[in-house]
Amino acid sequence: MSLLKNERAIIMSMWDKMASQAEAIGTETLERLFSSYPQTKTYFPHFDLHHGSQQLRAHGSKILAAVGDAVKNIDNLASAMTKLSELHAYILRVDPVNFKLLSHCLLVTLAARFPAEFTPEVHEAWDKFLSILSSVLTEKYR
Amino acid sequence: MVHLTDAEKALVSGLWGKVDVDEIGGESLSSLLVVYPWTQRFFEHFGDLSSASAVMNNAQVKAHGKKVIHSFADGLKHLDNLKGTFSSLSELHCDKLHVDPENFRLLGNMIIIALSHHLGKEFTPCAQAAFQKVVAGVANALAHKYH
Repeated sequence: MSLLKNERAIIMSMWDKMASQAEAIGTETLERLFSSYPQTKTYFPHFDLHHGSQQLRAHGSKILAAVGDAVKNIDNLASAMTKLSELHAYILRVDPVNFKLLSHCLLVTLAARFPAEFTPEVHEAWDKFLSILSSVLTEKYR
Repeated sequence: MVHLTDAEKALVSGLWGKVDVDEIGGESLSSLLVVYPWTQRFFEHFGDLSSASAVMNNAQVKAHGKKVIHSFADGLKHLDNLKGTFSSLSELHCDKLHVDPENFRLLGNMIIIALSHHLGKEFTPCAQAAFQKVVAGVANALAHKYH
């Protein structure tokens, strides 16, 4: 599965709209993840997961910043995300199923915040992109 | 069995009452066919599905989306007995339609995204969590009679 030219353009254009709300989007995505899929909280026993927590906001920012990096390096994701791939494979070891859950929650967040921009084409391109990004991040797992 | 708290039940029925159910149905099914094009395998007789706009404007997709969502809505009235409610539909999907139950999970998530799209801020993390329980329950109920 690789991105088509028009999908790339759609992804980058949507990112431009997201960038200024990155922290809010990242935080909301995590809140949705922890509410809908409580088992994901097992990866954050050391976090204060209450709404508005500084840790939640910082982590949400971090995740969205990584998504932004991926967008900027959309043509060479595997090499650009090497460090993060290794982090997830050897240190974090988040079960691969959770990438789908996080991706879904990000899409729900985008649909809620960008009703006009979140067209079927944008939905498809971003779902595909997040799926590819998830594969890259789990590439070194075994 | 789906276990919703009273607060979650209230959230679900309250928000469901605010949306145009037919539109949610059409959008959910269309999104499924656009985002996961391999799901078109069940709808070859639906005519033009060649582009996102073709799918979104396809009359048969809309009609079928309506049918599906009304069935889903029925489930909302019987959260205590989803397996019973969807028993014959489950048999149909297995024996006649030959649909992989994974597709019920995908469609369930498309319903969630359509709801988020229409409700915006009101579709809070708590609201989503309640609906995720519902769609998971419905998907499981539809898969229950598979053999």
